[in-house]
Amino acid sequence: MIQGRVVYVLWRREIIKYFRARSRIAGAIGMPAFMLIFQGMGFRRVEFPGLPESIGYFQYLVPGIIGMTLLFTAAYAGMSVIMDKQFGFLKEVMVTPASRVSIVLGMISGSATTSLIQALIIMMMSVLLGFRLPFLPAILSSVVIMVLISMIFINIGLILSSVLKDFHGFSTVINFIAFPLFLLSGALFPVSNLPAPIKFLSYFDPLTYGVDALRGVLIGHCEFSIVLDVCILLTLSVLMVCASAYFFRRAEIV
Amino acid sequence: MSAIIVKELTKKFGEFTAVDSVSFSVEPGELFGLLGPNGAGKTTILNMLTTLLLPTAGGAEITGYDLRRNPGEVRNNIGIIFQDPSLDIGLTGRENLEFHAMMYSIGSDERKKRIREVLDVVGLVDKADILVENYSGGMKRRLEIARGLIHYPKVLFLDEPTLGLDAQTRRSIWDHIRNLNKNYGTSVILTTHYMEEADYLCDRIAIIDHGKIIALDTPSGLKNCLRGDCVSLTIEGRVELIAAALGEKEWVREIVPNGKTLDVILLDYGKNIPSIFQTAGNLGIGISSINFSKPSLEDVFIRLTGSIIREQEGSRQSARRDRMRRRMLR
Ligand SMILES: Nc1ncnc2c1ncn2[C@@H]1O[C@H](COP(=O)(O)OP(=O)(O)O)[C@@H](O)[C@H]1O
Ligand SMILES: [Mg+2]
Repeated sequence: MIQGRVVYVLWRREIIKYFRARSRIAGAIGMPAFMLIFQGMGFRRVEFPGLPESIGYFQYLVPGIIGMTLLFTAAYAGMSVIMDKQFGFLKEVMVTPASRVSIVLGMISGSATTSLIQALIIMMMSVLLGFRLPFLPAILSSVVIMVLISMIFINIGLILSSVLKDFHGFSTVINFIAFPLFLLSGALFPVSNLPAPIKFLSYFDPLTYGVDALRGVLIGHCEFSIVLDVCILLTLSVLMVCASAYFFRRAEIV
Repeated sequence: MSAIIVKELTKKFGEFTAVDSVSFSVEPGELFGLLGPNGAGKTTILNMLTTLLLPTAGGAEITGYDLRRNPGEVRNNIGIIFQDPSLDIGLTGRENLEFHAMMYSIGSDERKKRIREVLDVVGLVDKADILVENYSGGMKRRLEIARGLIHYPKVLFLDEPTLGLDAQTRRSIWDHIRNLNKNYGTSVILTTHYMEEADYLCDRIAIIDHGKIIALDTPSGLKNCLRGDCVSLTIEGRVELIAAALGEKEWVREIVPNGKTLDVILLDYGKNIPSIFQTAGNLGIGISSINFSKPSLEDVFIRLTGSIIREQEGSRQSARRDRMRRRMLR
């Protein structure tokens, strides 16, 4: 029972508010931009095992930073649900007859769009810093992968927000989850360089496959295979959407 | 078919019972009030009836749909104006209304028409396109009321609709509620801790305290359960003489001399006041002024719960009213 109008209106609200909150955009882009500039430029000439010689570190880093941007902006999508909860707006959403699945899909599509916009801004910025873009079909495939990545983390945020009540709790928990996911994913360096036990953990990090798939399509280098990566991402995002729909159906709002 | 049938509705938060086996029903087109002090459980009842909270026990049917089995249909038929703010302050007034209408799947043309209509009802037409952030408290409340009306709910819940508003805004909101109830035949369930609000608006009132309904009747029915009316006389002459004479009458319940004045609790003052003057005349005693007070809902409340619902202003007149009131209730 998916109601298009409901999904659309929730999506539109998110977009309207995104473009009204310019400072939020700048804030969310600041961190990955600094990473690109300092990490990317600073280590430009380093070489390390696992990094093919034909690909410089900057080329290697950009898909990782795009993944990071998606991870953080998407996971914080739950924050706007927490805000709505605290400002009482979530009650207003939940007393309407809109189907719970449509409500969750509306929230997801709104946040996925804003995460995607952030990631594309980072991609353009990296081009200015010297990133060599592939041809258009590869760029379009990378957009699909970006959507899948953001879906997974948006839903983690949404599920958390249906359980937690306040800002502080939420940001503590989300940082506790997001930073390890980021560091384990190989966004900054090849996972193969990590000690075996930690490397093992990285196989449970969805972002590992996300970053790998992005590298596959954007710089033509990946450790697993793009097909495997995309299958894992797709399965996970479908499962996560179902999970948040389930949590939202159950949640008591007040 | 009743608009609402509530059966033994109960909500516990851990060990604490916030709503304790509450039952009542509301007829279509009725304006029904839940009156009780803060913490009585009013909001919790509404949260359950609007599907936001699951009851611990008991249940309810709203326009024939069961709360647990058919929450979707319940939501389709109700509207609620929450006690606490529930607007998106980052959107304009119009955007808030559009959002709401679209959540109820109201089509584009109809939506525009209804938004214009409700903005007009609450007098926000010229403020519709500014951010709600910049609205005053009263404007926000009016916008919330407008929003509750857009989808023409069969049953409208209003949780303390005029809490914290000035007298003028309160009046105009009362009028909106009345008109809505009359013109659309909407059944209204209103919670309040303002006595005069319940008295002025409601066809029937349930008085709630500590999660339980302790009385349920029409406002006048509730008032009639008190012992009588109070008449306060200022006497010129010997007070104890007339006090003794009036004490003989079977319609006098109690007499309290108080310096030059005499408070008399009696049944049916309309009929018996001439007889007071006659008695005084026969004794050659003058009455220089006379004051009546009909019992108010507040008196009923004090009688039922043993406490007043909120602080009284400490003026001499209200202190005097309080004295009379306490006597009426004794
Ligand atoms: N989510 C909750 N958890 C625990 N206690 C609650 C919760 N909601 C309300 N209560 C308690 O239930 C009682 C009734 O609250 P409420 O329904 O808001 O009263 P009212 O609306 O009549 O002022 C209060 O004592 C309140 O503290
Ligand atoms: Mg309340």
